Amino acid sequence: MSATATPAIIASSHPNDPLLRSDRFPHILCPGCGIGTVIHCYVDAMAQSGVEPKNHVCVSGIGCSGRAAGYVNVDSYHTVHGRAIPFALGIAIHKPELRVTVISGDGDLSAIGGNHLIHAARRNMNLTVICINNFNYGMTGGQAGPTSPRGSITSTAPQGVHDRPFNLPDLARAAGASFVARWTILHVRQLREAILRGIHNPGFSFIEALSPCPTNFGRANDLGDGMAEMEVYRRRCRIAQSLPAFDELDIDFVDEERPIMVGNFVDIQRSPYQPVGEH
Amino acid sequence: MTAAPERDGRVLTGTHFMLGDHACAEGALAAGLDFFGGYPITPSTEVAERLARRLPAVGGRFVQMEDELASITAIIGASAAGARSLTATSGPGFSLMMESIGLAAMMEIPCVIVDVQRASPSTGLPTMVGQSDILQARWGSHGDYGIAAFSPASPQECFDLAIRAFNVADRYRIPVFLMLDEVIAHMTERVVIPAAADIPRQPRKTPDHTPEERRYLPYAVGEDLVPAMAHAGEGYKVHMTGLTHDERGYPALNAATHDALVRRLVDKVRLNAREIELYDEFELEDAETVIVAFGCTSRSARQAARMARARGDKCGLLRLVSIWPFPEQRIRELLERGRVQRFIVPEVNLGQLRREVERLTRLPILRINHAGGRMPTPADILEVIP
Repeated sequence: MSATATPAIIASSHPNDPLLRSDRFPHILCPGCGIGTVIHCYVDAMAQSGVEPKNHVCVSGIGCSGRAAGYVNVDSYHTVHGRAIPFALGIAIHKPELRVTVISGDGDLSAIGGNHLIHAARRNMNLTVICINNFNYGMTGGQAGPTSPRGSITSTAPQGVHDRPFNLPDLARAAGASFVARWTILHVRQLREAILRGIHNPGFSFIEALSPCPTNFGRANDLGDGMAEMEVYRRRCRIAQSLPAFDELDIDFVDEERPIMVGNFVDIQRSPYQPVGEH
Repeated sequence: MTAAPERDGRVLTGTHFMLGDHACAEGALAAGLDFFGGYPITPSTEVAERLARRLPAVGGRFVQMEDELASITAIIGASAAGARSLTATSGPGFSLMMESIGLAAMMEIPCVIVDVQRASPSTGLPTMVGQSDILQARWGSHGDYGIAAFSPASPQECFDLAIRAFNVADRYRIPVFLMLDEVIAHMTERVVIPAAADIPRQPRKTPDHTPEERRYLPYAVGEDLVPAMAHAGEGYKVHMTGLTHDERGYPALNAATHDALVRRLVDKVRLNAREIELYDEFELEDAETVIVAFGCTSRSARQAARMARARGDKCGLLRLVSIWPFPEQRIRELLERGRVQRFIVPEVNLGQLRREVERLTRLPILRINHAGGRMPTPADILEVIP
């Protein structure tokens, strides 16, 4: 009997459905985009966290990654550009029993919101920040941002990005984050475990998730479709056990020999934020 | 008079000799302030300093944020989780807060912002008086939305209006501004603080249904146009966004939803204006000359009106306690009586409030303006009264 014409079994439900706003599907994300995978990892982590869904809160800024808050079925806030972290801080300080996760993009968190990122890390605030880094501003059509690798082509850097990019894990570590990781959306288990670690870390957790943006960054830089960029991750990622030297963390899409370093780089005990009066 | 019986309590019941900025802080505490996020700026810093000491002692949270962008957003976040929240700033910081003030208006998250006005624009005269943020308070964030703004004319009113600001913010789910000017903020006068039981508290409207019933629609409204508010952690799984949204809170990116939503944000304040607005009248009954003034300027105006009366001129004062909503109905009523022949609008800016009066009348409006750094004296005002 031939198996060719038989349609695949289409599941009518998924165990994580209660944690997703499936009434908002289909989502707005492009084919090959990695943001959905990150949302999936976050939802998996919430399901495994042992924390009641009513005690999870998701806060996003603006951009493609900023839409993440709109798809998770927990108290969720889609705020203004750059300010997801202080919004989340207000919630986390007023109701410390809540587990507040920020999901936003590299531009939102490290350009317009960069000041809040370093100060929340400095305070070791009880927040988990998942920074989906797709190396450009995807929502607005593929402009350069502070994470665009040198030489990459974007609509606002048609001759190639000239400025040195941020090295986000090193930035978060230097500012005082007690848990710092970088994974790609190929590393779904590791990413989920890192998010889970973040949820349980009483201090500030920063998780960079490298993600393809085939529509904008991928197309402009001949990286192929989402799968092709995943293949780049598979071929070039190296897992580090501790924070690599600053330059080793750089991401370079041109130099095929250069590894992309991933891992849980920092995981230390450091006294978390305590409100005044509770020291 | 003696000092407060309960020195470390939330409500310092008793009679005090108190700074305006401190009276603001005490009013907020009496109103049940849970969360303060702020960034130091002259001439509002004493609000933060007072709360840094007082708020943690009564179980609240004080956070000194990294900038005003963070301050305003943190208080909106705290309020989304159910806190009565406050920030305090001055013109430059107020400008920085504008984008997220629009977010609070759009998400309908109540919060209170103290803006102690100094001579502006830009850095201006940081330690000297201004009244030039009043149009910014009304129109400063992009788009149409409703807000309320109160202008105390004494430390006592700083206390009283801080309480009212929280009640109006929670009742209508809007950002509310407490617009001091430097003179009032740095003035020390008698402040009488009532017993805790006598502090009025307007609670937020909360959902009629339990989370389990799954019937709560975060932005469904009744006649008063104000939706019931569920907070983070209560189990309702709310979604709030600054995007145009439907009753579920979900993005609905179309013109019809947008027009209906923005009209409601404006109308919930406009149609309830007479419940929100406050003003104070002095000798208006037979007045031919009506001075319209607010904040420190209204103190000179009252004295000028007295002096004018003493020399036989029929002069009165309409003192605005709420600048927004602007009590336009009251001015229309005065005009309908037919006695008023002119208005005088003294203000420490180059004519911001005068525009509001100009909208309502073709009678002459005599102006007394100073760009900032000095308030008009009673003699300055008396001089222009014919």
